[in-house]
Amino acid sequence: MSNVAAHADDRGHAHAHHPALQHHFDTMAQQKEAAVVGMWVFLLTEILFFGGLFAAYMVYRIWYFDAFAEASRSLSLFWGGLNTAVLIGSSLTMAMAVRCAQTNKRTATVNWLILTMILGAVFLGVKVIEYADKFEHHHVPGYNFQWAAAHEAPAAGEHAVAASEGAAAAEGHRELSLTPAQLQLTTQIYFSLYFTMTGLHALHMIIGIGIMLVITRMAYQGKFDQEYYTPVEMAGLYWHFVDIVWIFLFPLLYLVERHV
Amino acid sequence: MSGHVSPISLYITIFMALMVLTVATVGAAFVDLGQFNFLVAMIIAGFKATLVIWYFMHVKYASKLTKLTVATGIFFLAILLGLFLVDYGSKAFTQMPPFLS
Amino acid sequence: MLDQLKMPARNYLNNGHGLASWLLTKDHKRIAIMYLISISVMFFLGGLFAVGIRLELATPAGDFVQAGTYNKFFTAHGVIMVFFFLIPSIPAVLGNFLIPPMIGAKDLAFPRINLISLYIYWIGGVFTLYAMLSGGVDTGWTFYTPYSATGSNSNVVPVALGIFIAGFSSILTGLNFIVTIHRMRAPGMTWFRLPLFVWAHYATSLVQVLGTPVIAITIVMLAVERGLGFGIFDPSRGGDPVLFQHLFWFYSHPAVYIMILPALGVQSELISTFSRKTIFGYSFVAFSSVAIAVFGFIVWAHHMFVSGISTYAAMVFSFLSFSVAIPSALKVFNWAATLYKGAISFETPMLYAYGFMGLFTIGGLTGLFLATLGMDIHLHDTYFVVAHFHYIMVGGAIMGYLGGLHFWWPKITGRMYSEFFSRIAAILVFVGFNLTFFPQFVVGYLGMPRRYHSYPDEMQVLNVLSSAGASVLGLGYLLPAIYLVWSLKKGEVAGPNPWGASGLEWQTQSPPLTENFVEVPIVDREPYEYEHVAAKEKHLV
Repeated sequence: MSNVAAHADDRGHAHAHHPALQHHFDTMAQQKEAAVVGMWVFLLTEILFFGGLFAAYMVYRIWYFDAFAEASRSLSLFWGGLNTAVLIGSSLTMAMAVRCAQTNKRTATVNWLILTMILGAVFLGVKVIEYADKFEHHHVPGYNFQWAAAHEAPAAGEHAVAASEGAAAAEGHRELSLTPAQLQLTTQIYFSLYFTMTGLHALHMIIGIGIMLVITRMAYQGKFDQEYYTPVEMAGLYWHFVDIVWIFLFPLLYLVERHV
Repeated sequence: MSGHVSPISLYITIFMALMVLTVATVGAAFVDLGQFNFLVAMIIAGFKATLVIWYFMHVKYASKLTKLTVATGIFFLAILLGLFLVDYGSKAFTQMPPFLS
Repeated sequence: MLDQLKMPARNYLNNGHGLASWLLTKDHKRIAIMYLISISVMFFLGGLFAVGIRLELATPAGDFVQAGTYNKFFTAHGVIMVFFFLIPSIPAVLGNFLIPPMIGAKDLAFPRINLISLYIYWIGGVFTLYAMLSGGVDTGWTFYTPYSATGSNSNVVPVALGIFIAGFSSILTGLNFIVTIHRMRAPGMTWFRLPLFVWAHYATSLVQVLGTPVIAITIVMLAVERGLGFGIFDPSRGGDPVLFQHLFWFYSHPAVYIMILPALGVQSELISTFSRKTIFGYSFVAFSSVAIAVFGFIVWAHHMFVSGISTYAAMVFSFLSFSVAIPSALKVFNWAATLYKGAISFETPMLYAYGFMGLFTIGGLTGLFLATLGMDIHLHDTYFVVAHFHYIMVGGAIMGYLGGLHFWWPKITGRMYSEFFSRIAAILVFVGFNLTFFPQFVVGYLGMPRRYHSYPDEMQVLNVLSSAGASVLGLGYLLPAIYLVWSLKKGEVAGPNPWGASGLEWQTQSPPLTENFVEVPIVDREPYEYEHVAAKEKHLV
């Protein structure tokens, strides 16, 4: 690959510049390398952005482990696992999209990108189902947050159905170190972090899908070739990063203590 | 200069590995390993993340500078979490959270 | 001789006219000029609140404003000065303008992102100012929980979101610099031929990129707690307010280095140029910048010794904090060694450089007092702390900024300012500054707490001194605003290299072309080759 760049240099200006080469760069190689490093530096900030949340999570998980374990068991492993699979799948399709752009396959690039967006949308759809479930159970932190209600108030009737999965795990299999009042507060911290983390993750996915819409259009118009496919690659890096965040969020949120 | 083109079979292999590891991490969560549950979950997640970074994100074929950038991110994340533990870890010797005591 | 110099016919300033040619430009130099104007406005706005503070503290009784208003005053002063003046000051103005010509590049790596960062800064600034004017915020610039999360009735979330937005401007600037310094250097411009200004900006950019996202996520957590009723930091909901302080200072301590590191870079340029000597221990000064940036991330909890962190952690952080003194002191010693036997001259930028050296040393050493556990128990939250960080931020960062601005003004505008008035201003700033802040060390040591609008009668003398000094300082800041603007039209034409400096940016015309150089320069010299320059001048005579 460096051969091509060297050739272009040898011939100097006789060799026509690639239309995507910006004026302040000398070669396409320099421009691409700058973009890759720039994107990684941006992902560096993203690591630290989520890092702050992970730090908060770490502190409260150490302090309120039992509450975290309790609250974590109320999450649906089915939906969480499905979403993990969907997102890993979308990473595969994204990698394929980049590969097709590298090898100058226009239609295939567009198709893989569309498939990636569909998988992203499926992930978000599942997230909507999960969020709706939290609203029903009063598991959304704030003034209506009720941890005990879901388990201890079947008399209300309307909550009886809602109390299915989490209640089974919660009903006195073992003694908790926290009183119900403490549990009410500490599980709220778990759910505050749950919503902040998954919410920001979902926001990143929405932004990612937005970026991909633009990239797909550009790919469809034939703006990329094997020399210039940087936008596809950048979108790919971003998408994979979002995938990695979820790879950590899944065990941290869904699998705190499942074996009880 | 089209960059390194990985074979499709590699991508499929990585995808399969990620899926297997996902099943493994769920499975491991149902086994009582005491303190080690968390460690196992994080090791598996870290391994999955490494696979994605190394192969899907092409860091294996990227310049030294890109590799250094990735390492910097992990290093500073470790500083953040590690020094938080210096406070919260040593706090546990002396006092409980104000809310519980 | 100067009369013969003419302004270059073609330069970045006359390459395109009208508002659109500025607002849509991708030229790093024009973006730097727009940053310069924006941060100057912010500086005087922030200064206005400082005037309010000093007026109130001229008398012991709280008679000028009420306590609540006073809280809003110092919060506004802090927020505007820290997030909208000091953080962007040197990087976004001087760094933006000078890094490409210093390394022989046509532009930054991502010109469009550079412009976007300016717009983001504007949006954040307008957002914050609007929130400040429509009610203000009274938490102090630190936004400590639980007061900010549940107690305060003021515009906490809008102001915090303004800072959140402006943070992205800072991140993008840092990102641009890192990639530019790595990938855009001219042929022959190796890492150890880079000016120390560029090294300092590289270190600064690391901090911007790594630290800023943490304050961003902290603000998000604060906003969801306050706005949506989530429980994260509020102790009545099981949260830990100290966690907020940890996260806040993980950014805000390194942020101090975002402010001071570029000033240290400016300082190296000034000292070397005006003593006509190669900088002493180049590689040590270069690496000390990076060391300060990295150490800056492992010392943050020294702000929290009395906030209820564990005793063991306090000891660890106290020890680590001392380690920052090593690279900082190394720089000061190297500057002193550079001056030794140099052909020193006393132009305005050099006056600022001298001021910087003294004030930075005092600020740094008092920082060691505060990093000492026992001392900090006594001094925490007193005016001693206020004086300490003003010695670093005003005595250090702003002196560095003004020195740099005067040094590169002829490069930026192509014209010289009045040497007479600029020297007077430099002296006024130095005298006014010390008069303002030195008494605060004393009054703080005597026990006057910060952030109160009234104080005991015995402390009036020192506070009046401080307020008097503030007016001298204010005058010292107003003067440059006048004579620098005046020089735009009336100043003498400067020529490409009025100081006889050795940097690559002085090899091109002033003001430079849009592309900076006529053709890509090839660097075959070491940095700061003043002995070489002096020999050449002698030969010519």
